[in-house]
Formats: sequence, structure tokens, C-alpha cells
Amino acid sequence: MIRIMKSAKDLALLSCEFRISILEMLRDAKSGHPGGSLSAIDLMTAVWFHSMKGVNDPKHLKDDRDRFVLSKGHGVPALYAILANLGFIEKSELPTLRRTGSRLQGHPDRVRLPIVEASTGSLGQGLSVAQGIAMGQRLNGYSNARTFCLLGDGEIQEGQVWESALSCAKYKLSNLCAILDANDAQIDGKVSEVMPLEPLADKWRSFGWNVIELDGHDYPAILKALDQFEKDQKSDKPLFIVARTVKGKGVSFMEHKIEWHGVAPKAEECERAVAEVKKYALSLGGN
Amino acid sequence: MSKATRQAFGESLAAWGEKRKDIVVLDADLAKSTKSELFMKKFPERFFEMGISEANMIGVASGLAFQGKLPFLCSFGAFLTGRYDTIRLSVAYAGANVRLIGTHAGVGIGDDGHSQMGLEDVALMRALPTMGVFQPADEIETALIMDHLVEKWSGPAYLRLTRQSLPIYTDKANWRAEKIHHVRKPSNPNAPVVLLGSGAGTQEAMKAAEILESKGIAASVFNAHCLKPYDTKGTIDAIANAKLVVSVEDHSVIGGLGACIEETLAANGSGKKLMKIGVQDLFGESGEPDELFDKFGISGKIVAESVARALK
Repeated sequence: MIRIMKSAKDLALLSCEFRISILEMLRDAKSGHPGGSLSAIDLMTAVWFHSMKGVNDPKHLKDDRDRFVLSKGHGVPALYAILANLGFIEKSELPTLRRTGSRLQGHPDRVRLPIVEASTGSLGQGLSVAQGIAMGQRLNGYSNARTFCLLGDGEIQEGQVWESALSCAKYKLSNLCAILDANDAQIDGKVSEVMPLEPLADKWRSFGWNVIELDGHDYPAILKALDQFEKDQKSDKPLFIVARTVKGKGVSFMEHKIEWHGVAPKAEECERAVAEVKKYALSLGGN
Repeated sequence: MSKATRQAFGESLAAWGEKRKDIVVLDADLAKSTKSELFMKKFPERFFEMGISEANMIGVASGLAFQGKLPFLCSFGAFLTGRYDTIRLSVAYAGANVRLIGTHAGVGIGDDGHSQMGLEDVALMRALPTMGVFQPADEIETALIMDHLVEKWSGPAYLRLTRQSLPIYTDKANWRAEKIHHVRKPSNPNAPVVLLGSGAGTQEAMKAAEILESKGIAASVFNAHCLKPYDTKGTIDAIANAKLVVSVEDHSVIGGLGACIEETLAANGSGKKLMKIGVQDLFGESGEPDELFDKFGISGKIVAESVARALK
């Protein structure tokens, strides 16, 4: 089964395209969540274009392909940007985000758009669904199939996440990789103040998971961790990646600003933001 | 000879496990009580003990369904439907082909008291789009519903089962899935009283009909095993000649069988009077099941008294 396997530099460039796409989608929708989409996009770009197998050709999807669950459903513009690049949705469809009748619901909807795998948006549920998918892949004998799940840090304040944390370890789901987009920001303030989660790595390790901590915008580090996940398929533990990220990453006036959690950029703001991302892409050697 | 519907469920599930290899079963540390253990003993590789973590069990079942499995997930109805948000989003909204099995329906469980009694579970599940809601009145009907849920039904469904044994009323030859079923013909075809029961309520409706008939009041009884989609046409036909319609259920009168009938009557402009027997917007409590049925006004004896009074 084919995977895309882009290099770190290719991925960084690709993520610039996705950042622009996210900003424009939200500008058009006039609502949505830029902060958490921008903090997650590097992680998601790496998963979809480096690690996942069988998602390169939307017309020929096989049952034993890898799966991705976006548990932090409000980050879905990041996923739509990726799906548009891969041809699962038309790029011309992106401006329909959040519009009446669109498949591009404000949060992932599996019935309207099956490739999103799980319907999420009420936080704390996606890991359980990803666990079920990973267990199903085993039952179906898809020995090379893996499931990825992206969670927000505020999200894991939900108790159901910890039920699944226990359960994934019990079932030794080494085909499951959960990635935490730890941007330390949630609606009411800093995660570390609203409801502290640290020590995160120790918590997940004590629950029986392999844990890797990294900078969630450092592509070489992300790729190394994802490659390690692949090597550890024979281990008897699921992998938890604690990715330290910046909310609003890539747009200086949004970075670290909780105010940008759930507010869409206006046309002028979008223009400034896109210009900044384009400038960064140029510095990487893009065009 | 009578059995609890949970027992009949466990037997049917284990039998279906032979024929359908896509069936997987999950339980949250109640396999002995929900009777999913009958499946577990035969097919341990397709049984998942999820521990006392119902919300996670529900999400996992959805994921298994997305991988082509037909999951049955089992717990007490109170605990399962208590994880409403997970059922609402991860199962119903996601279109997961999952069978939710909630046992220990109603005050009929007795001693353990309110926290263990499924009393609002039907109301909660009926409110979810695409969710089917089924409740057998006896062991035969349980098996028939299970066949329907394995072979025909697609999408999420909730099956509500009793802890206690129930006598058999189902006439297999005349039973049709998702339709009400005539279980007692009245002495007079123009019987003034038509009782509709569901689950354990059907037994009490039958007892009430016997008592009413002994007092010269003809009474007909129908059993409703499907509370969503509800058989509105069948109900309108069944009550055509009734002076008084009576719903009997071991569930809150809000959102259960009584509500199904009330909605049907109102929507069809029927002026028929409806008496809703069930738990009257109250919490359950510990006690002997028979005494609780009397106390909550659900027992056949009390139902007959209430009906006779209403007809005066």
C-alpha cells in the first residue's frame, strides 16, 4: 500500500499551503477556530503525508488503510485543507465550510464525509473511537494497519479519555498512535491554570503507554517519532506523543493568543496573515 | 418455564455468534448480569471486557462498527443511557451500526433501588434521530427482536431488557417486527378498554384485563415491542372502538410507551382518553418488585382499579 513519505522540508512547505487554506476557509465562514487549527496542522501534515498508508488515492481506498481520527473536532479546518489537497474534497468546496447543506460541517461529520472516520466535537470521545478502530483492524487481520488520533490538551480533562487510556494499554494496541496538540490554551485560559495536566508524559507512561515528547512544529522531530511508532509495532504498547505547540502558530498576531481560539479573521486580518505565511514559505525556498 | 428477557437475549446472542462472525460483544463488568457471558464463554476472542467504563465502551463499539463489525454493547440501561453525550455523538450522529443493550429495566428489579433502575432510558433513546428502540415482553419476543436486529435493522438501536422473568404472550405466527401485537382478545369485540403494554408492562396489562373481564368490563390487550419507529397506524386501528386507552409500562410516563400513544392520538386528532400507567415523574426505590409495582400503580390489580374508576 502506497504512502506519500514527504521530507521534512516538503512538509513544512506543504503546511504553509494548508495554513493559508485554513485562514481563507475561516475568513469565508466568518466563524471557526484558527488557533487550534494552526497549532495542529504541522502534526497532521506529518501524519497524513509521511506516515499514513493507503490515503493517497481517494478513488481506490482499501479497507485495510490507515485511519485518522480528529478528536479535537474544532480543528477540522486543518483536516479539510489536507483532504482537499489529497482530492477527497474539491478545493472549490472549501468556501462552503459551515454553510447550510455543506459536507464541511463546523465539526467532523462521518455520515456526510466518511473519510473523517469519527464524528467529533463534543470533546473527549475520539480516542475511544480510535481505540475501537484499532481493535477492529486487529480483528480483521489488517496486521499493517494503524490508527492515528489527534487530541487537544484541554480536551483530555474529559474523563472518557482516561477510560480509553487504561483500555488501550490493556488491549496492547501498538497499532494506535495518539498525538496531543499541547498548545496550553483553552477557552477560559491557559490549560495549566484552568485544569493542570502535568506531568503529562509521566501520567501516560504510568498508564502503560510509550511516550515521546517533542516540539509539535519541529518536522524532523515529528518524523522521527512517527518512524519510531512504526518500528515499535511489535511492542505491546500504544504510543502517546506529547507535542508542545503554539496556538495560532505561523501567524504572529495570533500566536499564544487565547482570543484566537474561536474567532475567524476578517478579510484584512486574513490578508496580513496569509502574507506572513507566504513570506515564510519563500524563506523555505517555496514559491 | 418463564425466563427473564435478559436471559433470552444472552441465549440468542450466543446462537447468533455461531452464524455471524462479524458480531462482537462488549460489556462493562456486568457480563454475568446482562447475560453477555453466554456469548463470552463460546467466543472469547470476540468478547471484550471493557471494565467499569461505559462511555469508553460506547466509543469503542462505534470504532468497531466502522471496521465492519456488528457490536452488541451491554450494561444496565441506567448506566448505558447515562452516557448520553457519547451515544448521541459517537454512535447516533456518526451513524454507527451498534446495538445498545440495556438490562435491569424499571422498578421491577426491586431491591437495588433507583440508581440501578432504567427508568428514563426509553425517553432518552427515543429522542435521538435514527435510534431504534425495542422492548420485548417475553423470551420468544426477545429472540424475534434479536433476529430483526441482526438480520434487518441497520443503524443504531437500543434494546431494553428485564432482570425478572416474564410469562409468554407472544404468538409467533402473528408477530410482525415493528408492529404492535394483539395478545389478548376481549370477550366483546367492542371492548371499552384497550390496554397497550410494553416489556414488563404487558404482563400487568394482561392481569388487569383479566380482573376487568371478571367484573364484566371487556378489555383488549396489545403489546408494543417497538417504541421507535412506533406503530401509529396499528395503534389507531387497535383503539378504534375504545372508550379508554391505557398504556402500561415500567418506565417513566414521560417519553415512553405512554408518550408514543399520546403523540399518536394527538397527531391523528383522536379524542380518545388515555390513561398513562407507569412511573409518574418519580424516582424509583428499593423494595420487593411486587410491592413496588403496587406502590407505583403499575401492578395489574392497581391498573384494574384505576381503569374501573375512570369508567364510572
